[in-house]
Amino acid sequence: MPINFRHDVDQVLEDAKAQRKPVLLDFSAAPM
Amino acid sequence: MWPDERVVRFVNESFLPARVHVKDDGQAFQRFSERFRAPWTPTILLLDPDGVEQHRIEGFLPADDLLAQLMLGRAKLAFGQQQWAEAERRFREIVEQFPQTDAAPEALYWAGVAPYKATGNPASLKATGRAFAERYQDSTWAKKASVWR
Repeated sequence: MPINFRHDVDQVLEDAKAQRKPVLLDFSAAPM
Repeated sequence: MWPDERVVRFVNESFLPARVHVKDDGQAFQRFSERFRAPWTPTILLLDPDGVEQHRIEGFLPADDLLAQLMLGRAKLAFGQQQWAEAERRFREIVEQFPQTDAAPEALYWAGVAPYKATGNPASLKATGRAFAERYQDSTWAKKASVWR
């Protein structure tokens, strides 16, 4: 089971505000 | 260490996960690394629902340490929202489940602060100061708690 990473960070931040849910923001260099 | 199942489950249950990749999302990486002052990888930021950073994890960590740090961030989010009882419970979970990690002494410290913030009663600070006399004596957090004894 993978982590459901999204790449539309602006939209994730908006969704977090609307859902009152915290965000994990990963700055990565790992192979995609 | 993202492949660890416990980490995956905790992240998916606790957060809206987002990723910016230094090469594959170059423009986004530049924009958000400047906005959040995160020039290095790997860096993980735990943000409250309003986008305010509550915890930062820089550099690689083995799975147990990473999970403990993510739990520490989740506890700090509760603390930041003044959910004192939940914050204390989450801090104590780290000490119980991952006592050998660097997150544990920090969690022990804040587990003493949370009830004090709730009640104003310094008993939890004194108890935490005494607890640090018995474990994690060499940690920075023991030094910080030493004034509570």
